Amino acid sequence: MNLPATEDALVDRLAAGDERAFLELVGRHQRAMLAVASTFTGNRALAEEIVQETWMAVVTGLDRFERRSSLKTWIFRILANRARTRATREARTVPFSAFDEAEDGGPAVPTSRFDGRGMWAEPPQRWADTSAAGLLERAEVRREIDAAIERLPPRQRAILVLRDVEGVEAAEAAEVLGISAVNQRVLLHRARAAVRLALEPLLGGA
Amino acid sequence: MLTCRELTELVDDFIDGRLSFWERAKFQMHVGMCTDCRDYLAQLRATRQALGSLPEPPMSDDVREELLERFRTWKRATPCSGSEPGGEPGPDGATET
Repeated sequence: MNLPATEDALVDRLAAGDERAFLELVGRHQRAMLAVASTFTGNRALAEEIVQETWMAVVTGLDRFERRSSLKTWIFRILANRARTRATREARTVPFSAFDEAEDGGPAVPTSRFDGRGMWAEPPQRWADTSAAGLLERAEVRREIDAAIERLPPRQRAILVLRDVEGVEAAEAAEVLGISAVNQRVLLHRARAAVRLALEPLLGGA
Repeated sequence: MLTCRELTELVDDFIDGRLSFWERAKFQMHVGMCTDCRDYLAQLRATRQALGSLPEPPMSDDVREELLERFRTWKRATPCSGSEPGGEPGPDGATET
C-alpha cells in the first residue's frame, strides 16, 4: 500500500525541516499520542515527556521510515515502544490487570436505565439532530465530547481516540496498546456508549 | 426475543457488520418495533461519526514552544536534504539518541 499523496508530501516537508509540517503533524496526533502514552504510565507529566521524546525520535528517524506503512502507524509504534521502555524503567507501569475490572466490567448503558425485564425504564430522549455535522456545529457539543473523552478510563480513551478519532485499524490499535482483539472491541464499545451518554443532557428532549 | 438491554450491547457489532445472520435478524426485528432502541442506534451512530470528524484540540503554548525548540535544535544539528548546503552542525551538540 502506498502512502496518500498528502502524507507523502508531508514526510518530504518534514525531512526538509519544515516547521509548519511538523506542527501540522503534531496537532493532528497529539491527543491520541497522549492517550496512548497514558495507558503505559499513570503519570501525566511522564506521558507528556514520552510524547515529546517520540516526536524527536520520529523526526530524527525519518530517513528510516520506509513509506510502505502509513506515517501514523509508524509514529504510534515508536510511541508504544518508547512508552513501554520508559514506564518499565520508571517502574510506574500500570499492570493491565489493574484496569481490567474497572474498564471492561459493567454494561455499556447503566443497568438502572432498564426495568427487570431488560426493557427501557428510562429510554434515551430523542435528539433533534443525529448527523455528525449537526452535532459538531455546536461548540458546547464539541466541548462535551472532548470532556467525555478525557473522563474515560485510560485504555478506553486510548482505544476510542485511536479507532474513532484517528481512524486506526482495529488490529493495529490492539497491537499498539498490547491488548487482545476481543478486549479492544469491548473497550471501544464501552467508550462509545459513554460518550453518547455524556451528550444526552445536551441533545435530549428535542 | 432480544431485550433493549441486550440490544445496547450489540449495537457496535451491528453497525460494524459483525453479527451472525440470526443475531442480525433478531436485532433488526427489535429495532423495527422499538422506537427507543431505534433512537439509541441513531444516537450511537451519530456519536461515532462525530468522533471521526472531531476538530483537533488546541495545543498549549508551552508544549508547542518546547516541541518547536527541540525541532529547531534537531534542524540545526542536521544538514538535511532541502536545507541550505553545508549547514553547520549545531554547536550545542544536542543530538538525540
